[in-house]
Amino acid sequence: MLKKLDKYFLDIKPLFDKGGKFERWYPLYEATDSFLFSTTKSAPIAPHSRDAIDYKRIMITVIIALIPCTVMALWNTGYQANSALADLGAVPDGWRGAVMQIIGINPSSLISNMMHGALYFMPIYIVTVVVGSIWETLFNLLRGHEFSEAFLVTSLLLPLTLPPTIPLWQVAVGVSFGVVLAKEVFGGVGRNFMNPALSSRAFIYFAYPAQMSGDSIWTAVDGLSSATPLTAMVSSSAPNPISQIDVSWGNAFLGVMPGSMGETSTLACLFGAGLLLITGVASWRIMAAMLLGAVVTTLLFNTMADASHPLYSIPIHWHLVLGGFAFGLVFMATDPVSAAHTKTGQWMYGLLIGFIVILIRVANPAYPEGVMLAILLGNVFAPLFDYFVLRANVRRRVLRHG
Amino acid sequence: MHYLDIIYRSVFIENLPLAFFLGMCTFLAISKKVQAAIGLGLAVLVLTSITVPLNNFILATMLEPGALAWLGAPNVDLTFLGLLIYIATIATVVQILEMVLDRFVPTLYNTLGIFLPLLTVNCAILGATLFMVERDYNFTESAAYGFGAGLGFFLAVVALAGIRERMEYADPPGGLRGLGLTFVTAGLMAVAFMGLAGMDL
Repeated sequence: MLKKLDKYFLDIKPLFDKGGKFERWYPLYEATDSFLFSTTKSAPIAPHSRDAIDYKRIMITVIIALIPCTVMALWNTGYQANSALADLGAVPDGWRGAVMQIIGINPSSLISNMMHGALYFMPIYIVTVVVGSIWETLFNLLRGHEFSEAFLVTSLLLPLTLPPTIPLWQVAVGVSFGVVLAKEVFGGVGRNFMNPALSSRAFIYFAYPAQMSGDSIWTAVDGLSSATPLTAMVSSSAPNPISQIDVSWGNAFLGVMPGSMGETSTLACLFGAGLLLITGVASWRIMAAMLLGAVVTTLLFNTMADASHPLYSIPIHWHLVLGGFAFGLVFMATDPVSAAHTKTGQWMYGLLIGFIVILIRVANPAYPEGVMLAILLGNVFAPLFDYFVLRANVRRRVLRHG
Repeated sequence: MHYLDIIYRSVFIENLPLAFFLGMCTFLAISKKVQAAIGLGLAVLVLTSITVPLNNFILATMLEPGALAWLGAPNVDLTFLGLLIYIATIATVVQILEMVLDRFVPTLYNTLGIFLPLLTVNCAILGATLFMVERDYNFTESAAYGFGAGLGFFLAVVALAGIRERMEYADPPGGLRGLGLTFVTAGLMAVAFMGLAGMDL
C-alpha cells in the first residue's frame, strides 16, 4: 500500500518539475512527499556534506526533545484543573465538561489528567498549526519556496508557552503575527532575526494582556484564581517572598504548579536539553552562558537585598525552577537562527539574556516573568555581538599576518 | 541613584527612536552599516549631552518667568521664544562642534562629517530638549537626561545596523525590500524593548 503510494508520488513528480503542468504547486508536492517518504535528494556538492544531518533532521530532533515537555503540559494542565475542580466539588460546563463527564474527574488518575489537559492543549495546538500552515502555504506557493520543517517546531513551541485558558482567536492572531511579520517578510526560515514563536507570544502578551497575565488564567477552571509562584511573589510585599509560594521546590522542579502549559516542568526541559546537547543540535555555549549570567546576577541582587526590595533576596535555586526559565534556556534562546552565530558571540548573547531575565524578574514590577522579553532583547543584540566578534578577529589576523 | 534612574529610563524605557519614534529619518537612513551607525550614534550622543543642559541653562537664566530678575526685569516671561532659541542653540552648537573637530580631531571629524550638519534639524535632538522642558529638569538632571537620551539613540541605531547587516541574507517580498523591511525590523525591536518598561531600580 505504502509502496504504491510512493510509486505514485514518483510517477507524478514530472508534473511538478520545472516546465511541468503544476510547476507552481511544487512546494506543496515536495512537502507532502518528504513528509510521508524520505527525500530522494542528496546534498549537491560533495565536500560540504560532512554529516548525514540536514535541516529536516535538526528540526525533528527538536520536536523529539519537546516530547517530555508536551506530555508534562498535558498532564499538568489536566492535573491543575482536576484538582481545582475536585476541591470545589464542581463539574465543568461546556463541551469539555461533557467529555470529562464520561472519563470522570479524578486528579489522581493519569488518564483523566492527560485527557483533561489534551482538551485544552489540542485546540490551541490545532489552531496554531492550521492558521500557521495557511500562511506558510500562501507564502511558499506565491514565492516558490519549499516548505520547511521549522514551522513544526514553531507551532509546537508556541502552544507550550501559552496559558490553557487563552481564547483561540487570540492564538490565531498571534501565530499570524509571528509567522508573517517575524519570519515570512524576511524571506522565511533562516533569514529572520527574531524567534517567530516568541514574537507571537510577545504580540499576544502586549495586545491582550487581560488574557495573558494575572491570576485567573493559569488554571483551566472558570473564575478560579491561582497565581503562578512568580506572580504571587511579585504582587506581595512580604519581607520573605519565598513564603508566598505554596508549592514545594520539588514540585516546582517536577512542574506541578500553575503556569503556561509547557514551561512549568524543569525536569522535562532537562530531558530535552540532554537530547539537544548529545546530538549537538543546540549550542551548549548559549545554555551555559545564560545559566551563568542568571546565577551571577542573582547572587549580585542577593547581596543588595533589604527590606524595601524583598524580591532581591529570592535565592538562585528558586529562580531556576520557576516560570519559563528552563524552557526558554533550552528551547528558545538556543534557536540557531536568531541566536548569535559566532562562538564568542554566543557567550555574550547568553550572558546578556541571563542577566536581563533576573533583572526583569526582581526589579521590574510591571512583569513578573522576564524570560520571553529577555530572549527577544537578546535576539535584537545578537547580530551586533557577531559583528564585533568578526571585527576583532579581522583586526587580530591583520596584526598577525598583515 | 536618582541620576542613574534618569539615565536608565531615557536609555531603555523612553528610548527616543523606539518608544517615541523620534529621529526616524536618520535612524532609518543611516543604519545600513554598523560603522556608519556608530558615527551617527556618537554624534547624537555628543550633541544631546551638550545641547540639553545648555538649553536648560538658557531656559533657567533667560526665558522662564522671573528668570530675568538679574537684569532687573522680574516680570518678563520669554518662554514663547523657547522653540526658536532651542533650535538656534542646537544649530550653533553643531557649527562650533564642527569647527572644533575639524581643527583639532580631523579623524573624528571625517567619520562624523556628514552627520553633524544633518543633526541640526534632527527631531530627536530637539525632542530631547523639549522633554527636558516639559519635565522641569534642573541643570544636573538635564545633563543626565541629555546623556541618557543620546545613549539610547546610540544603542538603538547600532543594534538596528547590526540587524540590517545580517538582513543582507534576507529575501523579502518585492514591495518590502529596503525601507519597508527596516520599518518592520524597527517595530519588532520596539516590542523587545518594551520588556524593560516599568523597571524600577
